[in-house]
Amino acid sequence: MALVSELCDLLAEARSGNRRSLSRLLTLVEEGHNPPIERGIGSSLGITGPPGVGKSSLIGKMIDVWVRRGESVAVLAVDPSSPRSGGALLGDRMRMTNADSSDLVFIRSLATRNHPGGLMDCLTPMVDILSECGWDNILIETVGAGQSEIRVVAFADRILLVDGPDRGDIIQAEKAGIMELADLIVINKSDLPEAERAAKAVKSALSVAEDEFTPEVLLVSAHSGIGVEELVDELENTTTSSERERLRVRERLISAWDSALLTSPELDDILQALEKGSITLLDAVDSIRKDG
Amino acid sequence: MIEYRAKCSNRFIEGYHRCRKNDLTMRIVVAKPGLDGHDRGAKVIARALRDGGHEVIYTGLRRTPDEIVRIVIDEDAGAVGLSSLSGAHSVLIPRVCEGLRESRMDNVIVFAGGIIPEHDRASLYDVGVRAIFGPGTTSSEILEFLSTIEERSESGEPVGVGEEAGWHW
Repeated sequence: MALVSELCDLLAEARSGNRRSLSRLLTLVEEGHNPPIERGIGSSLGITGPPGVGKSSLIGKMIDVWVRRGESVAVLAVDPSSPRSGGALLGDRMRMTNADSSDLVFIRSLATRNHPGGLMDCLTPMVDILSECGWDNILIETVGAGQSEIRVVAFADRILLVDGPDRGDIIQAEKAGIMELADLIVINKSDLPEAERAAKAVKSALSVAEDEFTPEVLLVSAHSGIGVEELVDELENTTTSSERERLRVRERLISAWDSALLTSPELDDILQALEKGSITLLDAVDSIRKDG
Repeated sequence: MIEYRAKCSNRFIEGYHRCRKNDLTMRIVVAKPGLDGHDRGAKVIARALRDGGHEVIYTGLRRTPDEIVRIVIDEDAGAVGLSSLSGAHSVLIPRVCEGLRESRMDNVIVFAGGIIPEHDRASLYDVGVRAIFGPGTTSSEILEFLSTIEERSESGEPVGVGEEAGWHW
């Protein structure tokens, strides 16, 4: 267990701009240590969308805009761990290559580690640390392919959904429930002919929703850079709604619940009993609730 | 190796925090320094390391030594694998090693792969490279190297780029 004083020292060094200490501190938080910091001080932007729509490339271009304006950017790029080996291939930063020489940019790749709650427990304190260390823009990037990824992005304070043309992906996004969480939607690859139509399809899908206000839909091209400045400007004015806040809090609660379940000391016994058929699933839930 | 895999697979049942202490998962940066445009090998290695239970950060092509050092720092990686096929290994790899030492990243393990002729290897081992894997290397050999590194560092023997030179795979 790292000593509290070690965490404090690292935080003090990180605050004064030491990247090595910041990086080390984030590792300790990822490993489950509590940082010596007030919770909830940081505000983050979650960026999600189906695989291959260009999230990382777009973030790369957004970083360029912020850096040109003299603002700093920290990115927590989340990718899934392999369910078979537990390892992970984290390739997001290969699309943000301009970022690696600027002191205004910090990118950290994170694996989900196949624990529905494990990583999520540490996202909020990580954002707090980055905020405390003076990072102006804090992004959480995740692939919006399924429920577990929604849980990740739900830890952000505002959510940008990225989609692409010509893929039918928006239907998948609707299925997964990401659209309800989005505060702003962009259709990337606007240089491709189907982009306009995709944007219209998204807008019409949104127009039937009963949310108090529907998110803006913008067209951008991470390839050419067109629309990226406007996107960054729009983000400054984008606020969330209470309905979406409620949905996000709900997802966070489910994450915390999963985490409590999977770290319960009784878990192995319960799994065994379920395997033998000596208890039902409802018995198992009751037993864990009492335990908690 | 069998025991190693078994340890990794426990992660899903036991929950992450509890088994993290026992398994051998490392965070490893796989990087392509210089103007070398071929990364089939690096990607195969990245996948092999992932399948061995490690978290691999792949940098993509054409990175400078300074960028690679920066990435290792930001990712708090325990190891960095440098792939070079273009013949610039004798310049670029020592620069990465130097940069890591200057940044007080002495305990990072540096290994290399690609086309690195026998007569260039001694000087790379001298600057702190702990293994050089050429064509025909099996993925299990690289995983064995990392297991050996783990064992050595547990018993306090030097493995990092800034620690005493001498041993290499």
